Amino acid sequence: MPYSRVEVTGDAADMLRHLSTTYGRLMFHQSGGCCDGSSPMCFPVGMFMTSEGADVLLETLHVEGLDPIEFYMSASQYEYWKYTHLTIDIVPGRGSGFSVEAPEGKRFLIRSRMLTEDEIEHFGLLKKVPEQA
Amino acid sequence: MTVYANPGKPGSVMTYKTRYDNFIGGKYVAPSSGQYFENITPVTGQVFCEMARGNAKDIDLAVAAGWKAFETWGKTSVTERAIILNKIADVMEANLELLAVAETWDNGKPVRETMAADIPLAIDHFRYFAGAIRAQEGSIGELDHDTVAYHFHEPLGVVGQIIPWNFPILMAVWKLAPALAAGNCIVLKPAEQTPSSIHVLMGLIEHLIPDGALNIVNGFGIEAGAPLASHNNIRKIAFTGETTTGRLIMQYASQNLIPVTLELGGKSPNVFFEDVAAQKDSYYEKAQEGFTMFALNQGEVCTCPSRALVQKSIYDGFVADGMKRVAKVIQGNPLDTNTMIGAQSSNDQLEKILSYIDIGKQEGAKLLIGGERSDLGGELSGGYYMQPTVFEGKNSMRIFQEEIFGPVLSLTSFKDYDEAIEIANDTLYGLGAGVWSRSADTLYRSGRAIQAGRVWSNTYHQYPAHAAFGGYKQSGIGRENHKMMLDHYQQTKNLLVSYAEGPMGFF
Repeated sequence: MPYSRVEVTGDAADMLRHLSTTYGRLMFHQSGGCCDGSSPMCFPVGMFMTSEGADVLLETLHVEGLDPIEFYMSASQYEYWKYTHLTIDIVPGRGSGFSVEAPEGKRFLIRSRMLTEDEIEHFGLLKKVPEQA
Repeated sequence: MTVYANPGKPGSVMTYKTRYDNFIGGKYVAPSSGQYFENITPVTGQVFCEMARGNAKDIDLAVAAGWKAFETWGKTSVTERAIILNKIADVMEANLELLAVAETWDNGKPVRETMAADIPLAIDHFRYFAGAIRAQEGSIGELDHDTVAYHFHEPLGVVGQIIPWNFPILMAVWKLAPALAAGNCIVLKPAEQTPSSIHVLMGLIEHLIPDGALNIVNGFGIEAGAPLASHNNIRKIAFTGETTTGRLIMQYASQNLIPVTLELGGKSPNVFFEDVAAQKDSYYEKAQEGFTMFALNQGEVCTCPSRALVQKSIYDGFVADGMKRVAKVIQGNPLDTNTMIGAQSSNDQLEKILSYIDIGKQEGAKLLIGGERSDLGGELSGGYYMQPTVFEGKNSMRIFQEEIFGPVLSLTSFKDYDEAIEIANDTLYGLGAGVWSRSADTLYRSGRAIQAGRVWSNTYHQYPAHAAFGGYKQSGIGRENHKMMLDHYQQTKNLLVSYAEGPMGFF
């Protein structure tokens, strides 16, 4: 089983295939904060500018039938997320910034789990023990 | 105690129409797509009206209508504009109950909040900017005996405004009032989660506003919001929302070389120093209420005090009292005036909150209270209700760092002043904060040391006009809720005039 940082559920993959017929190649940027935030935003490739310093490419997702889908997060946010594995799911919902699934009455949602010891080692994440706050 | 009847039901103070078109050029026009989307009330999860599914063509029409109106609206006197804003406020005041119930139905928040906060604050906001624009002056600089610099304020033209769903009417008014006062015309896109209450307001005030000065296009972010934000004929874009869309808005603005104001997220610390518990008096009660303020508006506030930092020396007793108070928060029908916490605004919002409860538990945070979806029974079973929830943990955890936008408090302790400030500032955001102390010195020093645009000191969640509101760090650009917002909606025209009689002598 290859290691991954981000996965896609079957339902979310179906939605991505559906959306690609309208929008072509897609990408994700994980949003932080406020109303529609803390959510994965799905955009046509080229709509959202990422930058090497500001963003981390967390994963390149391979969804059957589609070109690879890159999943980005801002570098500052990644600092707090790096010990978690993410799964992109989809739920009934309404609205999501400019994310392309909103008109479908659906919303991509991140589900998270802590990385295993194996995974932490594989991804070279020296586990800092955070100071007791 | 009052329980308002559901809108449209016998005895209700208001009824929604079954369908709302876009409001462009002073009249309601069908969306160019011919399509509509269903609007759900989070109170019951049921559809209650249909909204226009606007797109780029509708945005084009609205921007054009705005420019047509600007020819006259941009030249009106400040007196005329102030009179209109005051009339709008008067009409809203006379219809407070109707607007409050409409807002509760669209958003899910308790009617006691819309009656006491959302709508009264919106009314006052119009009055504030009616006064502020009348009192605003340009300046004159006497550069030397013969040379004078005159500075005039001029409106920008047509501006775009994208409104969030957590305070649909109030957040719209925060943007509308200064923009109209300054003489701009507006294309406004409400959030698709709460698209309809603004139209109830428009139904009351449309006769007061010149045709085209305020246009409303409903629709989805990707279909209507992005075309508005990227439109090459708007002079400014204002947005309240989250960081990724905030970046997109700035990206579009950079392509059109227009200014932006952004109000983005927060993860606000609420810091309780040990002298808070020196006596169990009414100040202590006030601090306890401040601790519980994370539940206001179901936690769906950018400045939700979602991180409580309590000094170790008082931690056990203060938190125990706090938990008793949280346990007393009444959840119920949002249209019941006794209800303190209503419904989350949408199903996906509730799901997101639950996903954070899950990661909080996995990270090892201790659940002190709540943590579950609430089923309130009857027709409310279909609504999106979440129990007020408190986790105890460490500031490095994701539930301490990410905006959950729900009634979820992440609680931790600190040893001394320095550690309090260190934890408070260990966040990507800097929108709001709270500090509580009986010592004026501690209050002042901590308030100045926390990197946030608004530090409530011995209070929380007050939003009066004339107190500047906006973010440090990744929480945005610009200051709303204050006359300084007028600068964000105005050009400065400088006339540099020479009264010298002879040539300068160069040629």
